[in-house]
Amino acid sequence: MSDPIRKRHPGRRYGVYVLLGAFALVMLLPFYWLLRSSLVGNREVLQPIESWRDLLPSHLRFRNYPAVFEAMPFFRYLLNTVLVTGGVVAGTVISSSLCAYAFAFCEVRYSRWIFYGVLATIMLPPAVVLIPTFILFRELNWIDTFKPLILPAFFGSPFAIFLFRQFFLSLPKELIEAARIDGATGLQIYWGVVLPLARPALVTVIIFSFMGSWNEFMGPLIYLNSQSKWTLQLGLNSFIGQIAGQWNLLMAATVMVLLPVLLMFFFLQRYFIKGIAMTGMKG
Amino acid sequence: MANSDRMPTRRRGRSALAKEDARNFWLFLSPWIIGFLLFGIGPLVASLVLSFTNYNIFNKPRFVGLANYRELFWTDPLVYKALWNTLFYTVFAVPLGLCFALCLALLLNQKVRGLPVWRTIFYLPTVVSGVAMAVLWRWIFNPQVGLLNTLLHPLLVLFHLPNPQWLIDPVLAKPAYVLMSLWGLGGAMIVFLAGLQGIPQHLYEAAEMDGAGPGRRFLHVTLPMLSPVILFNLTMGIISSFQIFAQAYVMTGNGPDNSTLFYVLYLFDEAFRYFRMGYASALAWVLFVIVLLVTAGQFWLARQWVYYEGGAR
Repeated sequence: MSDPIRKRHPGRRYGVYVLLGAFALVMLLPFYWLLRSSLVGNREVLQPIESWRDLLPSHLRFRNYPAVFEAMPFFRYLLNTVLVTGGVVAGTVISSSLCAYAFAFCEVRYSRWIFYGVLATIMLPPAVVLIPTFILFRELNWIDTFKPLILPAFFGSPFAIFLFRQFFLSLPKELIEAARIDGATGLQIYWGVVLPLARPALVTVIIFSFMGSWNEFMGPLIYLNSQSKWTLQLGLNSFIGQIAGQWNLLMAATVMVLLPVLLMFFFLQRYFIKGIAMTGMKG
Repeated sequence: MANSDRMPTRRRGRSALAKEDARNFWLFLSPWIIGFLLFGIGPLVASLVLSFTNYNIFNKPRFVGLANYRELFWTDPLVYKALWNTLFYTVFAVPLGLCFALCLALLLNQKVRGLPVWRTIFYLPTVVSGVAMAVLWRWIFNPQVGLLNTLLHPLLVLFHLPNPQWLIDPVLAKPAYVLMSLWGLGGAMIVFLAGLQGIPQHLYEAAEMDGAGPGRRFLHVTLPMLSPVILFNLTMGIISSFQIFAQAYVMTGNGPDNSTLFYVLYLFDEAFRYFRMGYASALAWVLFVIVLLVTAGQFWLARQWVYYEGGAR
């Protein structure tokens, strides 16, 4: 549709870029603000910006970053977060790909309806099941351990099941048929044929479960009491009460909490875009 | 003859395969089924039962009939406050977010150069969530030296206005949350863009042949073809904005004059600050019913405005 229009309205092309540029500036400004605040001194961070020159730090104070390590046990929180996130990612990938295999390759009569049932559980707000789940884990004496945060991931997530299933359906059916005729069992086909081919889906699910778990706040808030077990999110939250106006340190801590997620996004963004786009396609 | 010899074995083979399929299906699906019982339907029923009790997790639950619901609907003013706050946030954040996301997607669909770069920029903020997002925005909303008031400064001077006290002023606190939510419209934008790219070009050509201008083409081709995607984004947007928690907990808590006491925040306080598990369970069930009704209502309304290619799905 744009070709004839482009000929008729050459000016419109520039309009599009001007609009996109303006939007992009607005979207990126908070990032710049974050970075700037993390690199200025204690006094400068609290000074109002009066001229264009104030937008740049007067000098870059990288010292803020090591200072964070002195002010809070960052590595402890990092280690805890990595442990929890690692468990959640492993659990989500294994269980969800198994469930998706069932929906994609086992011909059972009501499988499609059961699949819709799985999708419908996306609409069940976690807050609704929060209290009985808490009571269950408390009865098990699992409060202040990572188990309540990790274990549920081993029972499949609807979003991951959906992504895996869509990808599995796009694999050539002949491969699976051939393996079955050779007498391979379901588990052998899953492990030996399907998973090695499903790398793009695996990466996508790893990314989204990683992000979800890395940013998870309510779960750790409820289940982790002792500070030595806290995740980065809890640590960052309590750091706010501790900084007494040193927003530069708080922003440096925020940058460090965000860094793994941002790096992951930059290196694997095509998987992000594909995954998000796919969720909407089903409608 | 050879044919009739082979037929029975093949049929037997097929039924054996079907049986294997069924066994595998339930085996492979068992993690989800167990999880659904343990962490889905089980707690859902349990919280309904709990909602008829008084329970502080230290003593045994005591049955109180409908007392929790009576308090919830008739005597607790904070419930309505929390519902109103959540509704306000949803009603503004979701449609505004969808409008901007659609505009951006339409711009990106104009065969612009450097599409991956633009897409990355607009999607980037959605990667920032949870506490980090709340901390950053709390700083941006700082009335004296925050980014927002710094940018607004020329306007404020021009109209002789004082600095808006974003998260401190009960009138401005919720709009501040709406503003923050717009930063994360990238996900919806990507979904819209994928939807736009899926619209067949020949529909536009046909419309143009019939003399439809850009406006009519948008109204009569783009919007109907995009309507399933709009429904998807709308549903997910409403469900997630009803559950806003982490940002509120970190940025303002209940906020000035309870103006940012969102529903899940209230539920959390009742359950884990005051240990009123029974009452919080009643709150949880009311939330469940609301989400259910809103979603059902949306799908019912959707029959009027959502267009599915090749008839109803």
